Amino acid sequence: MIGAVPLSYYLLLSAILFTIGAGGVLIRRNAIIILMCVEMMMNAVNLTFVAFSSYLDSATGQIFVFMIMVVAAVEVAVGLALLVELNRHKEAVNIDEFNSLKG
Amino acid sequence: MELTIFIITAVISVVSALGVIFNKNVVHSAMFLLAHFLTLAVFYFMLNAQFLGMVQILVYAGAIVVLILFVVMLLGEQLGEDIPRWVTPTNGVLVLLALVLLTIVGTAVVEHPTTGAKGDFTPELIQEHGQAEMIGAVLFTDYILSVQLAGILLLVGIVGVIWLARNENLPVIAGDIPTEEV
Repeated sequence: MIGAVPLSYYLLLSAILFTIGAGGVLIRRNAIIILMCVEMMMNAVNLTFVAFSSYLDSATGQIFVFMIMVVAAVEVAVGLALLVELNRHKEAVNIDEFNSLKG
Repeated sequence: MELTIFIITAVISVVSALGVIFNKNVVHSAMFLLAHFLTLAVFYFMLNAQFLGMVQILVYAGAIVVLILFVVMLLGEQLGEDIPRWVTPTNGVLVLLALVLLTIVGTAVVEHPTTGAKGDFTPELIQEHGQAEMIGAVLFTDYILSVQLAGILLLVGIVGVIWLARNENLPVIAGDIPTEEV
């Protein structure tokens, strides 16, 4: 089953997806979209891990992906909670308006 | 055949990733993100990582997108972003920067042979024992420390979110309950 698609295709695809995510973080100013783009970047890295794991017959990559998923879930939960809290202080989600550490 | 499926899924994946960015409606962005996560699950299935594919659907498509949609509904109408046009000098420079990043990463991928020592996680063994069992065996022997750290991380995340989400204006509920005199 594996072998019909070369490994480098998967790596290039995940490079493209990572770049799209990074570009999204730079282009958009909406904090929720930026969180989504960070998730996309993490997923691109996950794809690399899984591709290497299955082409090199190693379980380590899949364990790494598992841990990254845990971190991503916690990150998105804390990030969204921070966003809601920020929204209570200042009626905005545009990150350019959060320009002060003072509450 | 597999290459065809790969190319179709890759195109859907890239288009939905772009759809997340170039969309003025946050809910539509979240839907594109859902499509993106599902295409990644398809890739995991193609790579013989069925367990991770299911976890991907459960955690990302099931939990994270729903969480994002909850927050979108909570914040409501403040989310409308005023984007007059996409083609601006700033965005052009940023896209150029992203392309430079892609060139660097792509060159690294294409120029270097990606080989390494083969492990013992072969498809035949997976057929024999089952994917979840094998990953579980590795997870709870070689990587037990990371499992426990993940547990601590989740606990810290829960406590942090509860602390962040509390409303200071509301009275503390536990303090309001009158203690019964015995």
